[in-house]
Amino acid sequence: MRMLGWLYMAAIFVFIFLPVIVLVLFSFQDSRLPVPPFDGPTLKWYGQVLADRGMMEALRNSLAVAIISAAVALLLGFFAAQGLARVKLPGSILMRGLLIAPMTVSYLIIALGLLTVFNNLGFRPSLWTTGIGHVVINLPLCFAILFAAMGDHQKNAERAARDLGASDLQVLFLVTAPMLKPALLAAFFLSVTFSWDEFIIAFLLTRFDVTLPVEIWSMLRSGLSPATNAIGSLVFLVSIVILILLELTVFRKSKT
Amino acid sequence: MTMEQQERRRSFGFAVPALIWTCAFFVVPFLVMLVLSLAHLEGRQIVQDFDLGNYVKIFTEPSLFKGIVVSLEITVTVTILSVLLAWPLAWIIATQVPERYQRLAIMLAVLPFWTSYVVRSYAWALVLGQNGVLMQGLIGIGILDEPIQIMATRAATVIGFVHFFVMLLTLTIYSNLIQLSPNYARAAADLGANGWNTFRLVILPLTLPGIMTGAFLTFVLCIGDYITPQILGGNNELSMPQLIMLQLGRRGDFPMASALSVVLMVIVTLAYAASARWLKMERV
Repeated sequence: MRMLGWLYMAAIFVFIFLPVIVLVLFSFQDSRLPVPPFDGPTLKWYGQVLADRGMMEALRNSLAVAIISAAVALLLGFFAAQGLARVKLPGSILMRGLLIAPMTVSYLIIALGLLTVFNNLGFRPSLWTTGIGHVVINLPLCFAILFAAMGDHQKNAERAARDLGASDLQVLFLVTAPMLKPALLAAFFLSVTFSWDEFIIAFLLTRFDVTLPVEIWSMLRSGLSPATNAIGSLVFLVSIVILILLELTVFRKSKT
Repeated sequence: MTMEQQERRRSFGFAVPALIWTCAFFVVPFLVMLVLSLAHLEGRQIVQDFDLGNYVKIFTEPSLFKGIVVSLEITVTVTILSVLLAWPLAWIIATQVPERYQRLAIMLAVLPFWTSYVVRSYAWALVLGQNGVLMQGLIGIGILDEPIQIMATRAATVIGFVHFFVMLLTLTIYSNLIQLSPNYARAAADLGANGWNTFRLVILPLTLPGIMTGAFLTFVLCIGDYITPQILGGNNELSMPQLIMLQLGRRGDFPMASALSVVLMVIVTLAYAASARWLKMERV
């Protein structure tokens, strides 16, 4: 029985890792097609991708959109969580529901709605409109994480600070924010990775300046190539680095 | 004004920017779409005549109605397969793996989660293609004589989806399992239940919240996804998101795309209503 369990786990792990292994392995492929037999290793595809102007610009665009939209979502979510967690307001359940609602709606529908509105208003698709869309999908996440993290002991510390004459904003940034640091960091990094990886909103709401997933998508349309494997592996590497940073900073500290 | 009223007003003020943002960029666009779904296209002109023509078309025109059927079939298949594959994995990690390695095992089990979504579908295309690793491997060890077609079929879409959602469900079910005290299983055994009955009558019901939360997330994300069916499933049968993109791309038929989106949202809402009593969203 125990043996069977380990076998099962091994089989599922093979299934889970198969595409990643194939992706990374054939990024080192020497010939033009990323299919067996493997005839590498070579780094030429990485060289090609890193020298690709469009790709590098898309990467910078993605980073900018991810960081800015995550920061806006975090700020809005933090304020809202603070407002709704501190006192019981009439209709606060309704407001909470409204803020969480975008989580249950497909990104495609959010993108289509924004596209329709922006078209009517005459806004051109751009990185800004994409950023707006990314705040819409990340705000519920930030709000939910921070709302869940706010507890009674914070309330007391905030009250104490106010009694001692701190203004609202001072309380928020000097008392509440430091107490919620792990949750703030987690919400921020999660938002960054979601925005960084988001395709359909960026696809519908950008035109000339595109983000990385959109650039990769247009690369796919010209067929299989080890260059796609190379950029895919690089993106994976970036995510893993963020993940390890998160593990080392946020979760390590929250345990002690 | 009393102190309390003052504090309330101040608190509400903090929530205002987020509320405005959500209304402006989520509620309003949705309402605009709702109105637009009641219009139709004449030539390239949108005529707003407030009739249900698009909805009638969706449910009577076979090419459109089939999209709903295809999407539902794929989504239900994926949800069930993912639960069946993920539960044992979560259970093995929670009960068989030594405690200090569990965190590592879970992190490994969801590591490919962090590849880009588009790239992950592309990687499966590499694995499943005619010349891909899987076919070459199966031919190499003598199981197959020639490659079979998986790419550009529903099977490829399902495999790509199941891969993603097994990771998600393993996470939600595992976090549910480790909250259960081992005393439940011990008590069941003391009272004379055999292994199967302990599982069926005690452990499984206790993990229902984790299963249902994960299954609901799977359902929502799966039925609304355009990338996986587009890259892996090809164009032989179109899911609803593919149909929506087709309306946008080929004809610029925003009214029909909006109507399809509304139908998609209604389906998700029904799924939510059906699973609501098991959902513990606040824990996710």
